[in-house]
Amino acid sequence: MPDLPERNVRITGIGQSQVGRPSPKSPLQLTMDAALEAIADAGLRLSDIDGIVNYPVKSSEGGGISPVSAGETMTALGLQCNWLASGSHEGPGHMAAIFEAILAISAGLCRHVLVFRSVAQAQARLSSRESTLLAGSRSRVDGNNAWTVPFNALSPANLWALFAQAYFDKYGYGPEQLGWVAVNGRCNAALNPNAIYRDPITIDDYLTARMISTPLRLYDCDTHIDGSTALIVSAADAARDCRNPPIHIEAIGLTLGGLGYGIHRGDFTCIEAERAGAMLWSRTDLKPRDVDVMQIYDGFSIHTVLWTEALQLVGKGEALAFFDGGERIALTGELPMNTGGGQLSAGRFHGYGHTYEACIQLWGRGGARQVSDAKVSAVCNGGYGYGALLLRTD
Amino acid sequence: MPEVPRKLPELEPLTAFFWTSGADGVLRIQRCGACGRWQHPPQPRCHVCHSEDVAPAPVSGRGTVKTFTINRQAWTPALQEPFVFAAIELAEQPELYVLSNVSGPVEAVHSGMPVQVFFERREDVWLPLFSAEASDA
Repeated sequence: MPDLPERNVRITGIGQSQVGRPSPKSPLQLTMDAALEAIADAGLRLSDIDGIVNYPVKSSEGGGISPVSAGETMTALGLQCNWLASGSHEGPGHMAAIFEAILAISAGLCRHVLVFRSVAQAQARLSSRESTLLAGSRSRVDGNNAWTVPFNALSPANLWALFAQAYFDKYGYGPEQLGWVAVNGRCNAALNPNAIYRDPITIDDYLTARMISTPLRLYDCDTHIDGSTALIVSAADAARDCRNPPIHIEAIGLTLGGLGYGIHRGDFTCIEAERAGAMLWSRTDLKPRDVDVMQIYDGFSIHTVLWTEALQLVGKGEALAFFDGGERIALTGELPMNTGGGQLSAGRFHGYGHTYEACIQLWGRGGARQVSDAKVSAVCNGGYGYGALLLRTD
Repeated sequence: MPEVPRKLPELEPLTAFFWTSGADGVLRIQRCGACGRWQHPPQPRCHVCHSEDVAPAPVSGRGTVKTFTINRQAWTPALQEPFVFAAIELAEQPELYVLSNVSGPVEAVHSGMPVQVFFERREDVWLPLFSAEASDA
């Protein structure tokens, strides 16, 4: 195996603010809550943090998609950083900030990087319920959204519904199987004090909930929140001084492509994340069967179907058979999925919640939702831009 | 019935031909003069052979519904009526997709359904929309 940059780093601490819908705190206050918790969790002082990165770059669009910049956070915390960056909206998926931290540490630019993701989409929707739609604030729409918005596909739900319908048509499954993604997430969220929706639902609740964009129903869609999640990524040698047994990033996988990048290939039953899956497994001797727990991106339920197949955790066209009934993906099942509730029930952190939850599981802090003997976790995030991590205990 | 609200596309140098093609009732898609391949959305060069010899060319306007969704959520107060948003695979080439609406009764739409283009003019834009091909009705 060649020198892989991800082997030069460890995850040494995590933090998460209180999650609200809406939160009474400002986005910067929430960011500081998460950051201070993560730094303390790692056993570091603020003066140890010499790099900072968030995803994505601060946006003034008003939808609360990225309300806090890395620079503002650095200043507010009084950090003395050598290196600062923001993951691009066009980067390799939501994990761009984690990948950039890996590269900066590998390049010797810094040793302890604060990585964060803050959102204030619930607050934004208080002033305008349409603030999180794709239409934008200008009188006409340009760029990629010009291909969808004039046809009133105003939500990503409309786009991912195309994939769900195509998948159902090709493989013969339906909402009776897909619904278990939502039911499983809610079951786990009930055991996560910081999840936003914690009342369990049944498959009947799922099937009778209102239709959003066929075949996607209410519980197929994740939920906007206010909050912040932070991670500390440290140089491997520096991680030895930290409080927690360091979590290894065994392998990374990333790729771009799909509808959001223009010309669409394929038949809408798979995503280009398949290349991220191939890259991930080419960088490790571990195999898909070694994964103990999986944190799979669920911006919409159908993402979990496409991603588990892309990561080769199930065979092609087999994900819904695997999810059906919920037993195999439950906390006590053969491959527990989204143990903190996922974005569907714990809220839309664009995957940083998934990475946070993977660390919770690998450090054995899950309490009532702890998966026994969790040593290896797959994590993946994104639609259009795709990123995956394989995390393992020391 | 009131007109369906739509936010119109910006007419950008690369894409304006697509949004105004319907002025003479014909849909046009960018085609490579070197390798003959069609591509959409338009690009400065052919995305396969990279020739700069790409230009709008008329297509039949026929295709099939590759996949679709019936939108039922009123994302804005004016968007009360269900509508179909679909990926139309044009007859000219496999995986040559145009995203659009399919008009008519929403429950009649299915994957594989043959459709043909028609245009809805709004200001300086002729939106290419699709409806069931006559033979399928």
